[in-house]
This record gives sequence, structure tokens and C-alpha cells, in this order.
Amino acid sequence: MTSRNRLSGPLDDVAADAGHHGHPDRVGFFTDTSVCIGCKACEVACKEWNAVPEDGLDLLGMSFDNTGMLGADSWRHVAFVEQARPLGPGAGPEDLGMPSFALPGDGTGAETRTDFRWLMASDVCKHCTHAGCLDVCPTGALFRTEFGTVVVQQDICNGCGYCVSGCPYGVIDRRQHDGRAQKCTLCYDRLGDGMEPACAKACPTESIQFGELDELRERADARLAQLHGLGVAEARLYGRDPNDGVGGDGAFFLLLDEPEVYGLPPDPVVPTRDAPAMWRRAGAAAAAFALAGVGAFVASTIGARR
Amino acid sequence: MSANGHGGGRRAQMFQGGRRREGGGEPTVVPDPEFRSYYGRPVLKAPVWEWKIAAYLFSGGLAAGTAVVAAGADLTGRPRLRRASWLGSFAALLASMWFLVSDLGRPERFHHMLRVAKPTSPMSVGTWILTAFGPGVGAAAATELIPARWRRSWPARLLRTLSRPAGLFSAATAPGVASYTAVLLSHTAVPGWNEARGELPFVFVGSAAASGGGFGMLCAPLKEAGPARAFALAGAAGELVASRVMEHRMGLVREVYQQGHPARLRRASEVLTAAGLAGTALLAHRSRAGAAASGLALLAGSALQRFGVFHAGVESTKDPRYVVVPQRQRLNRG
Repeated sequence: MTSRNRLSGPLDDVAADAGHHGHPDRVGFFTDTSVCIGCKACEVACKEWNAVPEDGLDLLGMSFDNTGMLGADSWRHVAFVEQARPLGPGAGPEDLGMPSFALPGDGTGAETRTDFRWLMASDVCKHCTHAGCLDVCPTGALFRTEFGTVVVQQDICNGCGYCVSGCPYGVIDRRQHDGRAQKCTLCYDRLGDGMEPACAKACPTESIQFGELDELRERADARLAQLHGLGVAEARLYGRDPNDGVGGDGAFFLLLDEPEVYGLPPDPVVPTRDAPAMWRRAGAAAAAFALAGVGAFVASTIGARR
Repeated sequence: MSANGHGGGRRAQMFQGGRRREGGGEPTVVPDPEFRSYYGRPVLKAPVWEWKIAAYLFSGGLAAGTAVVAAGADLTGRPRLRRASWLGSFAALLASMWFLVSDLGRPERFHHMLRVAKPTSPMSVGTWILTAFGPGVGAAAATELIPARWRRSWPARLLRTLSRPAGLFSAATAPGVASYTAVLLSHTAVPGWNEARGELPFVFVGSAAASGGGFGMLCAPLKEAGPARAFALAGAAGELVASRVMEHRMGLVREVYQQGHPARLRRASEVLTAAGLAGTALLAHRSRAGAAASGLALLAGSALQRFGVFHAGVESTKDPRYVVVPQRQRLNRG
């Protein structure tokens, strides 16, 4: 019998591990960013359903992204990455000729494609198998639901902010003027009524797919194989692997470039993984502290008697 | 503005003013690795904790150090060292409680920490360590403050009987108080704190011992303060060594400890702690003024160490390089 380290590594049944009995299958998101059109319906639907306050009307100058990042008041964030893809090795400047009346995109086929592409991705809380936020919450406000998702109980949270530093993805934050931590709930209230989350419902291209996690993983594997077959070698799955540093994500992604290009950490690790080692070090330090204290008195008392 | 970022990470940040380079951008020792990022924006959230948590790191360590000195003084017949240290420990404990509760987003809900005992949460573990530590310190301090005319009354005699074992119990939990805060910081995704996880406990307990011993040197007469001097010596030496080792063993993120405001705080801490250590060894046993100055230097050095480590961690979350570069290197190593 193998003993799995339940602080990290693969965990087949997160809800049962958290104490739920007879719970439904684990659900999550598969976000296929290759079909995202950057419409931000997900951001709007999420804010509408969850009554999330507005968090600043900024023009950030980051393509069409004026949300910036996930936060207490942004539970879905659409990232826009404009990339000048080089045509190939040794490609020099291209003579575009005189302007014409042809509209961009009039022609079709590979010969009309220019060296430009636009990556768009809807980022969200990953609802990790081993969630850094949940592990460090000292009040029990953050808990694992029967669906395998991670939710903050707003009547318990006292705003200590430890979860903010515990998240390796930089998702959760403390809401200003409210004091409590806020993040995506995977529409826990909708799940209870058998509905899909607001963002998945609103997404017009089914970039955001909601369902049972096992089925989503199969779908993602098939989609990845399809893209690789079409020659899109850069396509990759992010957060799908249960052997990664957080035990796999409940909300995972198909990306078309490295994760850091989208603002995601390349190799996130739940801090709890190293907890036993940290406590052993603290124990050794505590022992040294106690020894120094006792030793100081013993030495001084012996010295005084001489 | 492209997020393509081949080597554009650092340029993009400077263009957007996202990363401050103090001193006009002197070159770092480690060559700047290329990395990609999303418009140079941070990946992580900065800690929401403010100066009060850094202050708590100091006051908690001071409470632990003075509790150990007080208990030892109680057992070895050093009444003035005992009295000063119990009162100091209690004052530091009260300050600690105020720092912790007032930093909360909803301070009136501080008692929600007592709902659970979670081993995976250093803050939960610490809550219970402090709960075990506090009452004994309170009882011992109260005993020290009983006015003379009430000392023979039965409540006072009961308190005096209970306060010695209660105080000893608190002193036994003091090593936990002094060391758990290192795990509190390291058990996060903050690169500047997580990377230091091997050595930070030793830095913090050394700092706690130095401050506890330093307080004893400041407040107690020379002939009773011997153990405080010895404790302070051990703590200061341990802190100085552990602090250097910690910085040396970190990877790229050691930059946050070597540049800017955190570096200034830590250099000042090192100077003061070293001066306090020298004073303790050479002056403090024969000059009350020397003892007091050494004690103050050690207290100041301990406080600056805590603030330096705290601010270094906060800085390390603001630049995506400290997240992306080490993780990408780890992936490439396979």
C-alpha cells in the first residue's frame, strides 16, 4: 500500500479528503484559450451574478486588457497578448507596397497571413487540488465544497490576509473597505441548483467549458492532440497534470504559449508541500533557543558560585 | 506595448516603472536572466500585511525572550531581573495582541481564529501557541505588580502560588513563540520568504534571544544580569551568522535583501547587533551604562532585522522575475 503525502501530490478525491460523504463528482473549468475571442462576456457575467463591485475604470495600455489581473473585485480576467511572430529564420523587413483598397482579411489562406497573432485567455481561480489559500486559512473561512471547489465563507473571514500570500497564482485578495478575502466561488450558489457558472454560460465560443473534471480532462487531451495534429506545436495544457506542484487544478487551461506570457507562474507549488521540513527547522531553532536560555542560567550560576 | 518579452521583461518593467532600481541601476552580481512576463506585471499579490505585522515579529520575539529570562531568574534567585523581564514580557505581549488584531481586515472578528486548529496553517498553530503562552505571562506580571499592602491577602497569596508554575509553563512555550513566526512567513508563495525557509527560524530565534537578553541588560542591575548577557550573546551571534547564511543560500531572490530599503534596514540591523554583541562581551559586565547601551543596540538591531525581512518579502512579490525565472529554471532542469 502506497502512502500518499496528502499535503501535495495527486489526490483522487478532494471532497472526501475534506470530509464530505456521498458527494457529487468534482467539477471545474477547462478554458480552451485557442477559441477565446476576447469578448469579456465572462468578466461581465461574473460581476453581474456575484454583485462584484467595480474596481477602477482604468486604461492600462495593455492591448484590450483594462482589468489588469485577478483580484478581490475581478474574479475573471481576460488577458490580451499581441505577439509579432517572426516569419522564419533570416526573415528580413517586408515591403508592404502602397496602401490599397483591399480590406484586411480579404484574402484567405496561409499566403495572406502576416507575422502577428493575438493570444486571449480568460484567467480565473484555479480551485487547486492542494490550495495554498485554503491550507493557510486560520479561521476555517476557506473550505472545500462537496463539488471539490474552494470557497470563502464571508461570515467567517476576518481579513487576516494570509490566503493572499498563500496563493502561488496570485488570485485571491482582500477587498478594500470591506476587509474580507474574495475570489471566484465557481458559482457555488448556481452549482447547488444544478446550473453551470455564469461565465461558462455566457461564453459565446465555449472557450470556458464547465463539467466534471475527469471528463474535461479527457476533452482537453483530445483537443490538444487535435491541435498538435494541425501543426500548432506550441499548444499545451496548463494545470491538468495531477503531478504538478498543486496536485492539478480544478480550473485548467489550454495555452498557446508559455504560461508566463499570460501572467501565470510556470511551475507553481503549494507552500504546504514543504511544511514538514519547515516545522522541523523551526523545532530545531526552538530547541537551540531553549538550550541557550537554560545554558545561560546554568553557566551564570556556576560562574557566580566560583 | 508587446508582451512578447524576449529580454523584454526587464525593459518592459523599467518602461512602466514597475521595478525600482536604487542608486541609478548599479549592476547586480548575478547577470540579468531573460524571461517573459505579461507586460511586466507581477504574478503574485503583494502581502496585505502592513508595518504592524513586522512590529509583531519583533514584539513577539521580545515577549518570548524576556519570558525565558524571567523564568530562569525566578528559579535562580534574581528578583530584579525577574521583575523587569516579566513586566517586559507582558508589555510586549499586549503590544503583540494589539498589532495582530488591529491589522486584521475585520478586527472585531479576531476570535474567529479560535474556531479551528489547523496544522497546515502556521497562523492557526501560532494562535494556539500564543493562547498557551499568554496567561502565564499575565499571571506572573500581575504578581509582580501586587501592591505591598495587599501581598498577604489570600487572593494575592493564591496568585503568587500559581504564578511560578504558570510562568514556567509560559517559558516552556516561549521557544514556540519565537520560532513559529519564521514558518508563518516562509509558508507562503512569497519568494523572498519561502526561499529563506531553511535559515529564517534561526534568524528569528537568535533575534528573540538577543532582544530578550538585551532587555534584561537594560533593566536589571549588573550583578543579576549575567544570564541575560549570556543569552544575548548567544542570540546575537546566532542571528548574525544565520542571517548571512540565509542570504548566501538564496538564489536570484537574494537581490531583494541586497537592494533598496530592505537592504538598508538589514545592514543597520547587522551593525547594531554586532555593536551590541561587542558591548555585551566587553562592557556590559562592568558598566551599567555600557550594559544599557548594548541592550538598546540589540533591541534596535532585532527590530530592524524583522522589518528588513518583512519588506524584502513584500518587494519580492512585486517583480515577476522572482517567480518566473526560478520556476522556469526548475522546469528546464526537469
